[in-house]
Amino acid sequence: MSRGRAWIDALADTPPRPAGVPSVLVADAALGAERVRYVAVVPNPDGRFPRARRGEVGLEEGWNLAKAVREVVDDDADDERRAIVAVVDVPSQAYGRLEELCGIHQACAAAADAYATARLAGHPVVALVVGRALSGGFLAHGYQANRILALDDPGVTIHAMGKQSAARVTQRTVEELDALAERNLPLAYDIATFARLGLLDRLIEGVADPDNPAPDDVEVVKGEVLRVIAEARSAPRDLSNRLESDDARQSRAASIEVRKRLAAGWAS
Amino acid sequence: MTSEVAGDKRRLLERTSIVELDARERARALLDPGTFRELIDAFDRLESPWLAAQGIVPERDDGAVVARGTLDGESAVIAALQGAFQAGSLGEVSGAKIAGALELTLADHERGIATRPVLLAESGGVRLQEAHLGLAAAAEIGAAIVALRRHVPVVLVTAGPVGCFGGMGLCAGLCSTVIVTRAARLGLNGPEVIEQEHGIGELDAKDRPLVWSLTGGEQRHGSGLADVLVDDDVEAIAEAVREAFRRGPPSEPRSAQVERFLNLIAVVDPSDPPDGPGLRRLWRAGA
Repeated sequence: MSRGRAWIDALADTPPRPAGVPSVLVADAALGAERVRYVAVVPNPDGRFPRARRGEVGLEEGWNLAKAVREVVDDDADDERRAIVAVVDVPSQAYGRLEELCGIHQACAAAADAYATARLAGHPVVALVVGRALSGGFLAHGYQANRILALDDPGVTIHAMGKQSAARVTQRTVEELDALAERNLPLAYDIATFARLGLLDRLIEGVADPDNPAPDDVEVVKGEVLRVIAEARSAPRDLSNRLESDDARQSRAASIEVRKRLAAGWAS
Repeated sequence: MTSEVAGDKRRLLERTSIVELDARERARALLDPGTFRELIDAFDRLESPWLAAQGIVPERDDGAVVARGTLDGESAVIAALQGAFQAGSLGEVSGAKIAGALELTLADHERGIATRPVLLAESGGVRLQEAHLGLAAAAEIGAAIVALRRHVPVVLVTAGPVGCFGGMGLCAGLCSTVIVTRAARLGLNGPEVIEQEHGIGELDAKDRPLVWSLTGGEQRHGSGLADVLVDDDVEAIAEAVREAFRRGPPSEPRSAQVERFLNLIAVVDPSDPPDGPGLRRLWRAGA
């Protein structure tokens, strides 16, 4: 069972249901005083599109994620805006000739748009990274969140490209890539180093077996989710918090400096 | 007539192909004559802090140009990626320039200044040497587009020859208006990466007619994944940009047209995959 599946099962009170396709799951649940919609992308070996059977964000996944998230925005229009938690374990976007032809960029944009639209409407949007959060898959499913949580575990990776693919594209061995990543912060594959960039709000330690979440671990994770939902409710609806931590000031100094200089020269 | 304006005029007369211009020249050519003003120019030397350590010579503008000026006399900003430097990739600095320009445009709108945002996207996607920071920038650019789009059209031009892929391809999917030339390509995964992942049987990256038949500007426009197809001509593109702002924001941006695209994806049969012209026929019938 994929980690995405294991965690959405564990977090939801009732079995998650497929949203449009079997590879997109949603579950509505209470969490403390909050109402939450959990959303996950999971493998489906029988999926219609062969390049999106292993948990990738493909054409059907991107557009159905958009639908599942927009449903919440529409339903809560006259209500308290409920929280949306993206349970993230995505190996990548789907790579394929047919995917490109049919606009995989547009499908991933649709999902990212839906999460961003929900955030701007006032829904606390949380990304809970329990496995892989790679590349366009993460841009579509998770990276538009107000708050990002990740389990501190070797099986958790947030990256622009999977290690094997990156090695092939840059014509390096995996060992060479590891050595390079050790010396260059923006390339790091381990989540603890990633956490130094100021992009992550919490690294959740102590989950013993992320493949089979134990009840105690689930409670810990729920507690963290609840905490960041509360934070998000009283914070700006944009992504400015990603540049405000001490870590960001250190590691993303250039990102901050660019914005400062643009602002200084902006007015005519 | 100032020498700046004369220079603009001369440039337009001498070469009208936008594909041959670099990012700075493109921005200058699209803005109203004589109004181009670059922010953080090359003399500021705000370079990538990460490339030198990996044996790559950084560029003084990090491959991105942000220029203020006017379009049709209205306050405007153009953020342009330099296809010739590291394939227009999103690094920390170049990505922050694009995101920052859009964030400031949003701040303008929130206080009643109707600045017009234009993206000139020639980009292979996230710069692998600055992986995390490029991906984070792509998320921030996307966030800014979605927020800004509620106030003003966010207009993206991709003209070629690099194409608009990866994080920038996804961001193009968020824009209000996408303008392409026949030399342009728009997608998520470049053909080389697809060939590497699934072999030459999936896609022969060297087969240029095939590659363009899938992701080229004409195909994207014909299948409804781009809004305007223009000739590779500076004045034609400038007019398409101005026209996009005159028209105002679309009632529903493409990335919000969920039911429509779910229906279009449903009529595609992966066991009998269409080619480029086949998809256009299929989607015209399904629309």
